[in-house]
Order: sequence, then C-alpha cells, then structure tokens
Amino acid sequence: MGPFIEVLIAGLMAGVLYSLVALGFVLIFKASGVFNFAQGAMVLFAALSFVRLMEFLQNTFAPILLSLAITIVIMIVLALLVERLVLRPLVNQPPISLFMATLGIAYFLDGLGQSIWGSDIYTLDVGIPKEPLLLFESVFEDGILVSSEDLVAALVAGVLVAGLAVFFQRTRIGRALRAVADDHQAAQSVGIPLNYIWVIVWTVAGLVALVAGIIWGSKLGVQFSLSLIALKALPVLILGGFESVLGAIIGGLIIGAGEKLSETYLGPLIGGGIEYWFAYVLALAFLLFRPQGLFGEVHIDRV
Amino acid sequence: MKLTWKLAVSTCAIAVLLSGCERQEEEAATGGEVNAAEQFVPLLVYRSGPYAPNGIPFANGLVDYLNLVNLRDGGVNGVTLTYEECETGYATDRGVECYERLKGKGPTGATAVNPLSTGITFALTEKVAADKIPLITMGYGRSESVDGSVFKWNFPLLGTYWTAADILVQHVGNLSGGLNKLEGKKIALVYHDSPYGKEPIPLLEKRAKMHGFELLKIPVTHPGVEQKAAWLQVRQNRPDFVFLWGWGVMNSTAIKEAAAVRYPRDQMYGVWWAGAEPDVTPAGRNSKGYNSITLQHSSGRTAIHADIIEYVHGGGKGAGPEKDVGHVLYNRGLINAVLLVESIRTAQGKYGEKSLTGEEVRWGIENLNLTAARIKELGLEGMMQPVKLSCSDHEGVRRARIHQWDGSDWQFVSDWIEADNSVVRPMVDAAADKYAKEKGIKKVNCTS
Repeated sequence: MGPFIEVLIAGLMAGVLYSLVALGFVLIFKASGVFNFAQGAMVLFAALSFVRLMEFLQNTFAPILLSLAITIVIMIVLALLVERLVLRPLVNQPPISLFMATLGIAYFLDGLGQSIWGSDIYTLDVGIPKEPLLLFESVFEDGILVSSEDLVAALVAGVLVAGLAVFFQRTRIGRALRAVADDHQAAQSVGIPLNYIWVIVWTVAGLVALVAGIIWGSKLGVQFSLSLIALKALPVLILGGFESVLGAIIGGLIIGAGEKLSETYLGPLIGGGIEYWFAYVLALAFLLFRPQGLFGEVHIDRV
Repeated sequence: MKLTWKLAVSTCAIAVLLSGCERQEEEAATGGEVNAAEQFVPLLVYRSGPYAPNGIPFANGLVDYLNLVNLRDGGVNGVTLTYEECETGYATDRGVECYERLKGKGPTGATAVNPLSTGITFALTEKVAADKIPLITMGYGRSESVDGSVFKWNFPLLGTYWTAADILVQHVGNLSGGLNKLEGKKIALVYHDSPYGKEPIPLLEKRAKMHGFELLKIPVTHPGVEQKAAWLQVRQNRPDFVFLWGWGVMNSTAIKEAAAVRYPRDQMYGVWWAGAEPDVTPAGRNSKGYNSITLQHSSGRTAIHADIIEYVHGGGKGAGPEKDVGHVLYNRGLINAVLLVESIRTAQGKYGEKSLTGEEVRWGIENLNLTAARIKELGLEGMMQPVKLSCSDHEGVRRARIHQWDGSDWQFVSDWIEADNSVVRPMVDAAADKYAKEKGIKKVNCTS
C-alpha cells in the first residue's frame, strides 16, 4: 500500500505543477476565447529573463527581488506589445486567426529569448528546499517519500489559484474579462475597453508564466525544455475545461495522478513509457462523457 | 504616422533576418584566407532547442579545430577547410533536410557528415551509401555499423552503445568482485525512449543471461522533463546499479530525481552522452559521486587547447566562450574534428593534396591509423588511445574509462577497460548480416 500512496502523492504533486502552466492558458481563453499557443514560450521567456537577470545582479543587495521586479516589467511590456502589434489588428477576426497569431508569438519568443539570454542550462536557486521528506515510517515499511520542492510548488499554486479566483469573481476587471470572452463586440458596445482588458489578461498570464517558470526552472534548470512543459498542460485543459480555473487544478490532479499510476503499474506490462500518451487517453475518455470538460461551459448557439 | 510605425517594424524585422543571413555567410567562411583548393565540411549542429546545452559545446569544439587547422597550418597540406552550419534542433526530419541542402556544396561536395544524432544516423544510412558520402557517428549510431563489410559508409568511431554497455557491465562486475558476482543483482537501465536509448538493450540482455543479473528496463519519454514515475520504480525495485542512457535535460533531471528518491549517485553510471558538465551542474551538490563512462576523454586541457586559445580565440574567431574550452563535450567535438582532419590527411596520401571527394575521404577514414606518437604530436596526449580502422572494423578502438563528478570537476575512477569483443562482435556480425539480407546489400570482401 505504501508504494501506491507514494506514487499517488507524487502524481498529485506533478499534477499541481501542470496546473500552474494550464492556468496561463485558461486566463487568456477566458478573456479572449483564444487558445494561446505561446504560453509555453512565455514560461521559458519569463524564466530565462529572471535567471539571467539574477546572474547579472548577483552583486546587488537583493538580486532575487530586483530581477523579479525587472522580469515583471518585461512581462508587462511584452503584454503591451502583443496587444498593440498582434491582437489589436485582429479584433473581431475569427478565433482561428488569433490562434495562428499566438503560434507566431510562440516561435518569436522562443527565438528572442534564446538570442538575448542564451541557450544554455541555467541553474536557478530561489531557496526552495530540495531534500525529500520521509513520512509515515512507522506505518509503512519504507515510509512515504514526498518531494519538499513539489510541496512548495503545490502551496504556491494554491495561493495563485485562490488569488485568481477572487480576481475573476469579485473584481470589476474580472467581470469585464469574462464579458470580453463571451462576445468582443457586445463587450465593446457596453463600454468595456477591449484593448485595456487584453493587456491586463496577457500581463496576468505573463505573471503566471513567470511563477511556473521559476518553479519548473528551479526543478529542471532554466532551459528550452521549459517551453515544452506546455504540452503537459494540454490534457489538463481538455479534461478540466478551457474556461475554468478550478478545472485546471482538478484536471491537473487527475492527469498527474493518472499518468504516474499508469506508468508505474500499467507501464511495465506493456513496455513502459506510456505516461505521455496515457494523459491524453485519460482526457479523451473524459470527453466522451463531458465534451466541454469537467468544468467547461456549455455553449448553445442559435442557428 | 501609422504607415511610418509599420514601416519601422518591417524594417527592423528585415534587419534581423538579414543579420541572420550575414551570420550564416560568416559561418560558411573559413577562419582564414580562402585558398584555391577547398575541402567542404557540412556541420549538422543544434545550437537551439531542448538539446542545445549539449549541442553547443560539441559544435564549438568541432568548429574551433577546423579553424585552428586553417589559421595555424594553412589548411590540410594547403587545402583550406570550409564549412557551413545547419541547425537540426536534434530533429530527424530537419537533419535530413540539412543533409540534402549541404551534401552538394563545395568543389567536391560534402567531405563527410557528422549528424550527432542516432535518429538522423538511421535516416541517413541508406542515403549516404547512394550519395557516396561517409557518415561519421563518433560514439553513437547503429552498433552493428562497426562491420564495414556491410556498412561501407558508416563509421561509429571510438565506440558504439554495445561497446559502452559492455564496458559498464565489466566495471560494475569489477566493483562487485568479478562478473560472476553479478548473479542475483539488479541493474536498472533508465533510458531515453528512442532508437538511441534502446540501442544498449540487446547487449545488456545478453550479459544478463551470461552472468545471471536481472535487467530492469525503465523508459523515459522525450525530452525527459518528467521522470517521477521512473524513479519511484527505481525506489521500489532497489537496483544495485542504475545505467543512465539519457541526453540533454533528461540527464540532469534523472540525477535530481535520483536524489529525490535517495538513490545513491555513486551507484549511477551514465553513458558518455550523460557525463558532461550540462548533465551535472543543474543538479548542484546532488550530482556529487555520479559516474559516467567516457568516450576516451574527459574534461581538461592539453597542448592542443593552448593552440586553440592562441590562434583561434586569440584572433577573435573562437566559436564560444574561452572558459568553455576543455569541457567534456567541447573536447568531444574537437576529437571528432581531429579524426576527420586526420582522415582527410590520410586520403591525401593516396589521392594527392587537393580537394577530395566523399569517396576518397571514405578510404582515408577506413585506413586511418592514429598512433600514440601522432596523438602526442597533435597535442592530444592523455586524451585518447591509438585508433586504427580497417574494412571489417569501422570503430577503431574499444577502450574507455569511468569518470566521476566530485562536485566541481570530473575525476577518473577507473583504468582503461576494453570491451570484450568475444561478446560484442558476434552480435555485430549477426545484426549486420541481417541488415545486409533485408536490404539486399552485397558484402564487401574485407580479406582481399
């Protein structure tokens, strides 16, 4: 039983990390109805900026805080540029046009980040504890090993989700974001400034990307592979629904636990290496019963 | 105003593109004066993407040596080496595209191709035979391509994955008090789930049968950023040794995950593509004690590096930062270039000091005989063992050492170990014969 619980906990923890990336997708989808293909590239760009700035500012009084502040500014500027140069010319265009535009942003950011900051692996240490915790030694033979790094990540993700939930449900800007997502033209007609809302949402998505980048970066080292983490968020979104912050979290937990348990117990029977595609199979199985995802909204269009 | 703004953005974009083109032109340059006779070397590199941290130092070592030969010696016997880089991103399709684009360049076409990817090697094996261009796969590629009677154009120089796996088993056998002491022990192979990662499995299965150890096969999906399940399996099965067959981010993640499940790093042994600085530094102090087999060399500088710093970096033509000269993968790229240049030199001995065709260079590689004296003369003493190829042996040498990361540098922890050819060669012959039969290849008679 001990090993099973251990795998389950590890899976749930991994799921929280996937949720962190999935959150960025959800934010932009909620506010613009666009699937932002560039979210992974934003994670990489934010993390690269942060870690390289930390290196340059290492002799200052607070390298972490300073580089964090500068990276936040960079992500705000990025949001402004995306809105001004990419989104504004595409207002009221079909969602597929906006999606294709985010594809372009992804490639541009991947290249720009590596050109400015380099393509090496950069070690990121922001003081997150790395030593694993051994729990319940008296209950299970080998105890239950839990990664303290993943625990911190779960805590951060929890705080972030709570903050975003409040932002979306309780603030004027949050309600405006949801209105824009429902219908650009209708939102504009009631006086909601579309451009301003898009800057806000891309900034928030950029900040979520920064948090995800710092946590994944301190786990893996900051490098190009961070942009591929976005692929792990896709089954989470399919399962949880593209419009729900809560869905991203629950979806992440199910996908994380499902893929780790399948890899550990089913993998050895069929050759292993199944967790990557198993996550998609799991998500698709859910879709058979709830095509909108667990927490996605049902859209009924009059034709 | 609006028009001006758009014009400015477009101008910037064009400027960025043009600067890229300019860089490519520069890369196609020679590092020195262009002589009448040129030898073109296509360089399939990856300086961006998930495997860039490993691809960059290798490419830098290769390029620096080619430039050194031009700048210090005026080329190979007066023939200037020219090259052009093509970015593969470690992707097989892009690798094939790069090959197609560069194979016809230069006065005599491509000298030889070094794809630095087992996937690209598999894709190019038939193409190079048709195009008559040698395929150098130093320390990677198809293990059975050692047999030159079938794989006339493939050269897995200095070692294959079967060689590496055999040496690793011998090493852990030595540590256990002899190969017979491996009986009842468990060895886990944590591998990149790709042709590269699967390559050592047949050899390890054979050795497991011979010595009675249990082989646990644990695949990790590309690129290897998520390995929790794999390492929980390691924790549950408690293998005596873990062999790590990873590349890029998979290696450093594996070391971190090993630490997270408290698996001793000094019981981990990476293949030579899992034993360089980018593999250990991201895991910080958790990497201390981690081992890997070397492809002969480790990190460090010898006389050749002094020349590179003087002639190449001193002249502002260094491919990367000077501080990285002498890192493990830099040295590997450097040795790869040395073997290529010495092969060209060997071929010139037969065909004359002029631009050579791929077919002529192939003869040079197959007849390469790098003696200890020549290695010393080249400034590589201590880095590698003598290499001698033949028609039936396209590997040249099967010896390696184990090095261990002490927290700040690599240290050798074993003497030279030679792969047991009585174990490996029958597998090479059987696999090569099977390949020849499948593809209808007429074997070359190597005895004549």
